[in-house]
Amino acid sequence: MSTAANIPPQFEIVDRPLDTQMTISMGPQHPSTHGVLRLELVLDGEMVVKTTPDIGYLHTGMEKLFEYKKYQQGIVITDRMDYLNPLGNNLAYVMAAEKLLSMEIPERAQVIRVLMCELQRIASHLVWLGTHALDIGAMTVFFYCFREREKILNLIEAASGGRLTPSYFRIGGLMMDLPAGFENRCKQFLDDFLKAVGEFHTLLSGNRIFQKRTQGIGRISAEAAIDWGLSGPCLRGSGVDLDVRRANPYSGYENYDFEVPTEPDGDVWARYMVRMREMKESHKIATQALSRLKPGPVKADDPKVVLPDREAMKKHMDALIHHFLIIAEGFNVPAGEVYHPIEASKGELGVYMKSDGGPKPSRVHFRGPSFVNLSALPDLARGEMVADVVAIIGSLDIVLGEIDR
Amino acid sequence: MPGPETTEPTPEPSVSSEQAPSPIVAALQREHPEWLTEVIEAYGEVTFVVPQELIVTVCSFLKGWPEGRFDFLADICGADRGVEEEPRFEVNYHLFSTTKHHRVRIKVLLTEEDMHVQSVTSVWRTANWHERETYDLFGVIFDGHPDLRRILLPEDWQGHALRKDFPLRGYEPYSLK
Repeated sequence: MSTAANIPPQFEIVDRPLDTQMTISMGPQHPSTHGVLRLELVLDGEMVVKTTPDIGYLHTGMEKLFEYKKYQQGIVITDRMDYLNPLGNNLAYVMAAEKLLSMEIPERAQVIRVLMCELQRIASHLVWLGTHALDIGAMTVFFYCFREREKILNLIEAASGGRLTPSYFRIGGLMMDLPAGFENRCKQFLDDFLKAVGEFHTLLSGNRIFQKRTQGIGRISAEAAIDWGLSGPCLRGSGVDLDVRRANPYSGYENYDFEVPTEPDGDVWARYMVRMREMKESHKIATQALSRLKPGPVKADDPKVVLPDREAMKKHMDALIHHFLIIAEGFNVPAGEVYHPIEASKGELGVYMKSDGGPKPSRVHFRGPSFVNLSALPDLARGEMVADVVAIIGSLDIVLGEIDR
Repeated sequence: MPGPETTEPTPEPSVSSEQAPSPIVAALQREHPEWLTEVIEAYGEVTFVVPQELIVTVCSFLKGWPEGRFDFLADICGADRGVEEEPRFEVNYHLFSTTKHHRVRIKVLLTEEDMHVQSVTSVWRTANWHERETYDLFGVIFDGHPDLRRILLPEDWQGHALRKDFPLRGYEPYSLK
């Protein structure tokens, strides 16, 4: 805002922030807000002075609803929170309930959970990559990403019957075992996937426009990232080596060999690179999980909690009674409270579950990683150009279903 | 939650080796027994119940505490223990250490008459939205919060939706107001 000497006084640009600032409303229908997020931007020219996120447009009172549903009915609600990573939500919820019930999950169920969660993480990252690139102006990547994601959704559909809302994990194990031929289909996908990641890199990483739009934008230091409670790729993009799968392993993650990718720069590019590398790590974990699949039960042996097999119900009276009781009355969960964190595709997904001893939880709270990551947006966007806000939102990888719950 | 189990800072003499207090509990009981009104260890998790006026003191101490290094605030969530319960409300702070990788829960109990608790936004900036959410859904007032507004529900919403006496379907369709 420097004024040249030869400009007449009436055309002089005066540096008076109060007069030159403009407040604009971005969203809630803006396509790059990934849902219904509204931002109130205070701009000075093209520079963002202040950002005020306005959320709640998708609020459906899910946490209230949990208190009115039996434990097993709550699983379907979790699908609808982070709808790009429903299996992660299922896992966090059922593991919190299993912790309260002190249940042991069979080995095969744990391996399948890891396998499905890693496939889901890849699918979630693919949506992020496609939309993030689309926001910045690279349209082609979107189609390549959704081509790969379609294959994963087909696999999830084969296993659970649902594509977007699988509800595959149940308290005590899985809904059912993997169908015949699943392992081959999964192996086929995994064999081809690394080539696809190479394609994404070819399309995007070497693209000069993409680099210029992402490098040095939306920087956050490691200390600030921890202070803001960032987690997942956003935190690792600031160079903090933290992954709940490593820090507090669950579902047998301590037995898998994988790296936790970190990038030191803390900008949009760093978060991009972390997620790109994470897809390869997820591929690695999924491959290991696939090779560890051994025949065995996929449900815990706890007839009071786990639904019996259909065949058993036709032959055994007690199985029929248990089935009826679980459906009609649910099962009692010991009184207590737990907080169970998992590493979802977007960061630490924690479920706080409080039971008063009955068949319905007294309180279920989801610590959504998107919610916390978005709260740092005003800090990230300050001093950036308004067009870069779009890139920063994309790099945070938010899902409004999880933020508003 | 049922009544207190291990109320006093001194560990119970009859505990088995499995139920011995974890190092964090023992260390905090040694350093600041006066802070802990109750310690609950269950399901492999540690809960410290602290007086509501001490929350900022405890949190800033735990953040810099060499034995804990709880530098990461994972979550704040409220809970309604039931309309008849006394104290009725609780606020849970879930702390995590990015270097030592352990977790602890700090619990503050609030009565319906005194719903005030000091804001921990001065300790962690991430507390901002968590506290707004707890205020929105339970009506807990966080004193010293820079911007305590509703966050999920509309500004003119009546009541606090996650209280147990708030009906599931609300009082009347919001759109008819």
